[in-house]
Amino acid sequence: MHRALTVIHVLGLMLVVFSVTYVVPLAASWIYDDGTLSDFLMAMVWTSAIGFLMWLLTRRYKGELSVRHGYLLVVAMWTAMPAVATLPLLLVINGLSFTDAYFETMSGLTTTGATVLVGLDYLPPAINVWRCELQWLGGMGIIVLAVAILPLLGVGGRQLFKAETPGPMKDTALTPRIAETARNLWLVYLTITLACIAALKWAGMNWLDAVCHAFSAMGLGGFSTHDASIGYFNSPLIELVMIVFMLFAVVNFSTHFLVWRSKSLKVYLRDSEAVASLGLILASCAGIALFLRWQDVYSNYWVALRYASFNVVSIATSSGYASVDYSRWPIFAPLWMMFLTAIAASSGSTGGGIKMVRTLVLVKQAGREFLRLLHPAAINPMKIGGQVVPNNIAFAVLGFIFLYFMTVVTLTFILLISGMDFISAFTAVLASINNCGPGLGKVGPASTYAGLTDFQTWVCTTAMLVGRLEIFTVLILFTPQFWRR
Amino acid sequence: MKILILGAGQVGSTVAESLVNEANDITVVDTDAEKLHQLQDRFDLRTLTGNAGHPSVLEQAGIADTDMLLAVTQSDEVNMVACKLAASLYNTPTRIARIRSADFLARPEVFSKENFCVDFSICPEQILTDYIVKLIEFPEALQVQKFSQGKASLVAVRAFQGGPLVGRPLSFLRTNMPQIDTRVAAIFRKHGPLIPEGTTVIEEGDEIFFIAATDNIRSVLKEMRRMDKPSKRVMIVGGGNIGLRLAKALEHDYQVKLIEYNKKSCQKLAGQLTSTLVLNGDGTDEKLLHQEHIGEVDVFCALTNDDENNIMSALLAKQGGAGKVIALINRSAYVDLLQGGKIDIALSPAHVTIGSLLAYVRQGDVAAVHSLRRGAAEVLELVVHGDRQSSRVVGRRIDEIDLPRGATIGAIVRGEDVIMGHHDLVIEAEDHVIVFVIDKVMVRKVEKLFQVKIGFF
Repeated sequence: MHRALTVIHVLGLMLVVFSVTYVVPLAASWIYDDGTLSDFLMAMVWTSAIGFLMWLLTRRYKGELSVRHGYLLVVAMWTAMPAVATLPLLLVINGLSFTDAYFETMSGLTTTGATVLVGLDYLPPAINVWRCELQWLGGMGIIVLAVAILPLLGVGGRQLFKAETPGPMKDTALTPRIAETARNLWLVYLTITLACIAALKWAGMNWLDAVCHAFSAMGLGGFSTHDASIGYFNSPLIELVMIVFMLFAVVNFSTHFLVWRSKSLKVYLRDSEAVASLGLILASCAGIALFLRWQDVYSNYWVALRYASFNVVSIATSSGYASVDYSRWPIFAPLWMMFLTAIAASSGSTGGGIKMVRTLVLVKQAGREFLRLLHPAAINPMKIGGQVVPNNIAFAVLGFIFLYFMTVVTLTFILLISGMDFISAFTAVLASINNCGPGLGKVGPASTYAGLTDFQTWVCTTAMLVGRLEIFTVLILFTPQFWRR
Repeated sequence: MKILILGAGQVGSTVAESLVNEANDITVVDTDAEKLHQLQDRFDLRTLTGNAGHPSVLEQAGIADTDMLLAVTQSDEVNMVACKLAASLYNTPTRIARIRSADFLARPEVFSKENFCVDFSICPEQILTDYIVKLIEFPEALQVQKFSQGKASLVAVRAFQGGPLVGRPLSFLRTNMPQIDTRVAAIFRKHGPLIPEGTTVIEEGDEIFFIAATDNIRSVLKEMRRMDKPSKRVMIVGGGNIGLRLAKALEHDYQVKLIEYNKKSCQKLAGQLTSTLVLNGDGTDEKLLHQEHIGEVDVFCALTNDDENNIMSALLAKQGGAGKVIALINRSAYVDLLQGGKIDIALSPAHVTIGSLLAYVRQGDVAAVHSLRRGAAEVLELVVHGDRQSSRVVGRRIDEIDLPRGATIGAIVRGEDVIMGHHDLVIEAEDHVIVFVIDKVMVRKVEKLFQVKIGFF
């Protein structure tokens, strides 16, 4: 219990910091004068008040955070922040249940992009800005933000970073100090986001849409301000800009940082994960366009390429925008896209799923097994990008994949028990755990998650959380050993 | 010449041995008194125990009036520091350091006058690796030595049944391939060297040394023996310094398998190599060799630190059907015993690498020296200077030059051209002359002949 209180102390501080982010929707509300100013102010005050109280009441338990605290804190943050973030939604939208509001904010902060709201076009602008900002914040992980700022407040946080930044190669530090690293990544993220806003404005969006879509694109979230998502604009140029920035966001931000620092694009080629990830996505675009043309879905290859590219990139990067209802395409195409979403994102990007580097580890491990059969004496360490991957990391990845697989199966069964059809259940779980957003069937790109029962909604909410925090981080809290001293 | 050698390891002691034989004053410094003791017992030289990187030790060793410093200790850093000290404190004219780390070699400015003052850096492992790479590239050759940045080459080859030249006089070479210019510099038959004449008949088993432009090597080789098919599969035993370098150099063009005994080293090797297959096992384990299809291997290189292991695994490989087997053998007694037997090439690392050092020690402007036949013979690349007055070579036809018997001018490199040393060729100033000396005793005479007379400056 002592441990939990120490974590609550830090969490309180985090919530106070989090309340500052209400500034953006407040500004939007003031600019567009949509009448939500007081609601957001109220939410801001409540959030900081709750945070302050938590901090104040537990100040006796202030202490150094250990790795175990880190896990607990990360999970606590990713459950508490969506909870307080529901405040403005509950205040503004009449008749929204807490279940649905929590699903929405969880979907935001985990950058999933699945929504239960219908009639997005008629929501107050501030609400849309808030939803998209949640994705932006969630994207890089509010933790990285916290790590960049909390050291200023005198809270150590290296353990946090270990638990938070996705991917198996967490020890590759870019700069000697964790806070410096976080600040640098943050700066890169911010810069690319600003570029994205400018590009979207130039491509023809209004400022509100540009900011919202840039926020959700950089987080690889997929929230839109329109029910028809990007299809609303029906503009090849906007789709192209979105594709470019989604591909940016699906590459490890450390790589972007290195490119920035060394002023050399060659760094991208040295990141074998980025090469594999981008190569796979682009090849899939061309391939699916060919498939669609061959199946006569579109009468012209270039039209097919346009729609295939946008939707494949959107789903594969785990964003989840749609420009057409791709669930009507022959089943191979959308299923392949769901497969990509599980593996294609790079570690250290804002994408979800297994991550490309783990996929590479698996593929190489399979290759090693073949080689071992042919040459029993061979010593063949696993290498990724010329670096040897120690065996224990390979085992950790195998363990991760097993847990991932079991989680998908279990949750799918739970949804099946609750009465969902197979395709909807399976894809809803996949889309949630990979933080992608739309699935197929009842939860396809043309519909929302609003039709789910409360129970089903909670299952998907859980899947999002578990997927975003890379499964181990959440499940470790349910092991008795974790709570033993 | 007064020469100070730092380090009495493999390289240091071989260098000391050859230099003592050439009448130099040698002092050897090492931290290991035992090694120095052995050296002193065998050769006429001075030794000193101490850290070669300390000024006091250098001073005691007499660096003040030394003509040349050879820093060949195990440590790159000590070697560099010694060169720096020699240059800044004692004004030693020539400073040579053994540098192994590619990190330093990648930044040549480290060695400049302003920094560590290393006049020449040598890396014996690299020289040996280059040497083996050449042997794999020309699987028929016993030895390939380059001159003038690789423009001309000296190749040793054993004549075998099936070569058009075998059983015919040398002059036949001229008629058989008039378009390619080459010159046979020496022939070694069972008992000793022959001085090649137009009428000399090549016999099977002769070891023939010829000089040709590097591009023509393959066509000349064809005359001496049936050509093997080009090598594709290489197996290396021993993942030490040389094994690793060799695997790195070959892995892009050949299928390389590397066998290393130590499992930890294997892990490291596999991390550094990309397409080489690293195998953990004993090179003398015939089961492992067969399991890895030794019969399909074109070139087998035994490169461990252990002579006996190398010999045994090379013999096993040969018996198992490997195409050409190369064994690294440190003890010269073994080399003489094995060369030309079942093991195709017995490599003595000392003799392969000594040449690059000797070039700096020799008098006159010597661009390269290569030891042949385990040090019995030598081939030199000399740069001639001066004019008809001051030099005994410049402006004269080759048959007018008073070369000692047993020394032949194989070829000259003039600018970009490689010209064969026919008797009517006139030597010009700044030519690089490649002289083949059958017996090392004559080297001194040849050097004297090519030196500019006093008064030239």
